[in-house]
Amino acid sequence: MVNNLKVNDINDIDVDQNINIINDFSIQVATPNGSGSQTSNLVLLRSLFKMGIPSSGKNLFPSNIQGMPTWYTIRCSQEGYVARRDSIQIMVLMNPETALQDINNIQSGGVCLYPKSAKYNFDREDITYYPMPVKRLAKESGVSSALRPYVSNMVYVGVLASVLSIDLLEIESALSWHFKGRQKLVDTNMPVIQAAFDWSRENLTKTDRFQVERTNSTDGTIMVDGNFAAALGAIYGGVTVMAWYPITPSTSLADSLTEYARLLRHDAEGHATYSIIQAEDELAAAGMIMGAGWAGARAMTATSGPGISLMSEFAGFGYYAEIPAVIWDVQRVGPSTGLPTRVSQGDLTACYWSSHGDTEHICLLPGNVAECFEFGWRAFDIAEQYQTPVFVLSDLDLGMNNWMTKPFNYPDKPMNRGKVLTADQVNENGFKRYFDLDGDGIPYRTLPGTVANGASYFTRGSGHDESAKYSEDPLDYATNMSRLRRKIDSSRETIPAPIVEHNKTASIGFVGFGSTDPAIIEARDRLAVIGVASSYLRIRALPASLTVSDFIASHERVYVVEMNIEGQLHKLIQIQSPELATKVLSLAHCDGLPLTASYIVSEILEQERGPNGKIKD
Amino acid sequence: MGKSRINTNLIGLEKQDYKGSPTTLCAGCGHNSISSQIITAAFELGLQPEQVIKISGIGCSSKSPAYFMNRSFAFNSVHGRMPSVASGAMLANRNLVTIGISGDGDTGSIGLGQFKHAMRRNTPMIYIVENNGVYGLTKGQFSVTADEGQNLKYYGKNDLPPLDLCLEAIVADCGFVARSFAGDPKQVRPLLKAAISYDGAALLDIISPCVAFNNTSDSTKGYDWVKEHDDPLHDITYIPIQEEVTTQYDPGDTSTVTLHDGSQILLRKLDESYDPTDKLGAIQALQSANNEESLLTGLIYYDPNRPNLIQSENLVESPLVQLTTDALRPNEESLSQIMSNL
Ligand SMILES: Cc1ncc(C[n+]2csc(CCOP(=O)(O)OP(=O)(O)O)c2C)c(N)n1
Ligand code: SF4
Ligand SMILES: [Mg+2]
Repeated sequence: MVNNLKVNDINDIDVDQNINIINDFSIQVATPNGSGSQTSNLVLLRSLFKMGIPSSGKNLFPSNIQGMPTWYTIRCSQEGYVARRDSIQIMVLMNPETALQDINNIQSGGVCLYPKSAKYNFDREDITYYPMPVKRLAKESGVSSALRPYVSNMVYVGVLASVLSIDLLEIESALSWHFKGRQKLVDTNMPVIQAAFDWSRENLTKTDRFQVERTNSTDGTIMVDGNFAAALGAIYGGVTVMAWYPITPSTSLADSLTEYARLLRHDAEGHATYSIIQAEDELAAAGMIMGAGWAGARAMTATSGPGISLMSEFAGFGYYAEIPAVIWDVQRVGPSTGLPTRVSQGDLTACYWSSHGDTEHICLLPGNVAECFEFGWRAFDIAEQYQTPVFVLSDLDLGMNNWMTKPFNYPDKPMNRGKVLTADQVNENGFKRYFDLDGDGIPYRTLPGTVANGASYFTRGSGHDESAKYSEDPLDYATNMSRLRRKIDSSRETIPAPIVEHNKTASIGFVGFGSTDPAIIEARDRLAVIGVASSYLRIRALPASLTVSDFIASHERVYVVEMNIEGQLHKLIQIQSPELATKVLSLAHCDGLPLTASYIVSEILEQERGPNGKIKD
Repeated sequence: MGKSRINTNLIGLEKQDYKGSPTTLCAGCGHNSISSQIITAAFELGLQPEQVIKISGIGCSSKSPAYFMNRSFAFNSVHGRMPSVASGAMLANRNLVTIGISGDGDTGSIGLGQFKHAMRRNTPMIYIVENNGVYGLTKGQFSVTADEGQNLKYYGKNDLPPLDLCLEAIVADCGFVARSFAGDPKQVRPLLKAAISYDGAALLDIISPCVAFNNTSDSTKGYDWVKEHDDPLHDITYIPIQEEVTTQYDPGDTSTVTLHDGSQILLRKLDESYDPTDKLGAIQALQSANNEESLLTGLIYYDPNRPNLIQSENLVESPLVQLTTDALRPNEESLSQIMSNL
């Protein structure tokens, strides 16, 4: 059975049997960028989610404000899978420019919705067509011509609601939620949806077999994007200075932070307990958080690849001069401008070793939105505990797309402000900035403004001794660098530990990090069904826990799954455990799209097939 | 009360408490004179040294924070980025006094953007450019303030026109723009004090000769030339808030500027017509001085009315770094509320 399996079997929904397909399909909406379809798509997604159907939405958008093609994909999965899936069952063609290609992406047996007026010459006979009177309904809505493109997009919402049986009440409350309760906007859009729904009930004969049914599978969950989660985490982590420079896909993190800090972080007189600065560039954003972290603030920035490159000199400074700060990297495809609106995990080594000279930075690797929240606050504790810049690597898919999650847990630990001496402590015991008093590599610091004899010190990126005095002494340099090495090493088992699912019967294992998690989960399930058992370890921070080595040692082969070209994590693991290097295989893939389970499954089947065509034991 | 023999200031500290480590800069370097004027000004004003932060970039000039005020905190950052570090530190702790030290290369080349943005944001700081027209630390390349047509030993002729950092600051809406000369302590000191009393970004562009690479008699950044061409706008006297103005001045030739903390400076005009609150006049005066090859010094432009960065950020009274968990971490209830609205 295994040997005959084709990728499509995994990819597609089984439509051959003559039964209805409930809560298990993908809808794709193709529109020109900037045509205002985002509201319609998010309303659809939220209605499905509120009907209890596990759903996820992914926006595939161009680096452009208006005109270039955009695709929004909603996947419904009763089994709860939220990774991207290649095959599309229901396609809404709102973009004439791409319609003739888009139609080919519909799985046989699927559905095609399109505006009647488009007069396409489609020749596929294996799908169902539902032409929609978009122009007429938009016109009849009576809205001004400026608003017409927006309400036009409401037509497909109404038609889909009718075709798939989406509850109109859920659509109305999703609209209201989306417009933050502004009834006027609801009243502009809802009648168009209703009209499209009614038209469709009267004029369309349903010949497809896709349908939704209310369940309770999403009870107790919320739907948010990772950038919102990260921003909220930072607010509950007590961020005081945030400096940033706009760059996709990190901008919405700063936007959410601005929006929610305004609500949550003012004193009784309305004064802010934080500052958010839009800096002139990432060089300045990095300088600001260095200055702020040095002075004792909980300082952070959010950026993406090009910003990471610009910040690297300060990252090295912060490592060497031991300054706490948090740097969020919402990754996109590089090098250079790369694919600025597409996802990758290509900045791992750039962050881990950011700067010239020898550095190794603590990197946190959230794999879901709940962890974006958690690491949002924990990153400050770690940065202040270890007195060093901490990178948090999210990515475009995790950061900008919507994900189901359990509500976030309130921080379960008090803030850890690290080893900061008060004036009294300095007066009593004296103070040497870089002296390893406790033997853990972490020195004590004082904050500027501490009035005590000997409290002040000179922070510099040049060579220094234990007292922070300028030094070119070879021994001072070597001692200091090896203490820094020890300090970072000592974080290995205290920063977020890997999540391990050890399957005793499995000879292969997966190692991954970040937003590939849903694809790996789904791939393992599908592999298990066809008799390939696997274990899974998800790394949540670097430097990596030694658990990773144990995991590799206890499997025959371990595949390191990641969305980049070079297999960056794979190489890091080989460096960390050279004795296990031949047991780890790289499964690195990056084309700008979120990873799919079918990719992983087909790669594994390919690699695991022995010379006789049989899957290895 | 017996008179103490040792001179102490308002907060009971001696001048010794404001000293730095022995300098490692060249003997005769202008930067050293500026350091000693900072020591005197801070001592005389009675600044609490630990509440002063000295932030610098990279260069000989940027090294000089090591040579004054050892009891203060210092951050010798990276090339051209002193302003951003200072901004971050001030946002974190609004009670600190920031002395930013930079060079003409550090500010005018690699850091020109950060310099102008700090002025534009009105980050509260004393921004000192120790301007010698060359890169001292990298051994004598032309800087952006070097004279057009100037010749230097290794680098030949400079074909490009100089940038005037005071002009750049005025154009960026800095409200305290002064120029002085390291060899004129009488002018540097009151300007420093006034800059410290000013609650916003205060630029001091101080010509500070590099004796190693740019002190020839025809260099506009050399001792001889400046002594000959210095054209002070006024004689400046700084009057601390605690002191009364006792001498009578003729209002026709003296104007008084009251600073944010209530202290004052008296400007006895040497140039009858000069008004430092006239922006266009200041720009014009700088331009014509440059054309006439004279060095205009003194308080060139003054505007106390722009809100500074701390004010425009609407920050709480208490420094952000002193806030504790109850101010920094919203309560559990608020999180549940957000979660239930999603
Ligand atoms: C990113 C970077 N580029 C280049 C240098 C080398 N560098 C050190 S000091 C300096 C010029 C300093 O000139 P200036 O600011 O005028 O200071 P001066 O030494 O003249 O006081 C340069 C280019 C550096 N340290 N960092
Ligand atoms: S090289 Fe020039 S700027 Fe540097 S210390 Fe010597 S005189 Fe001063
Ligand atoms: Mg210079």
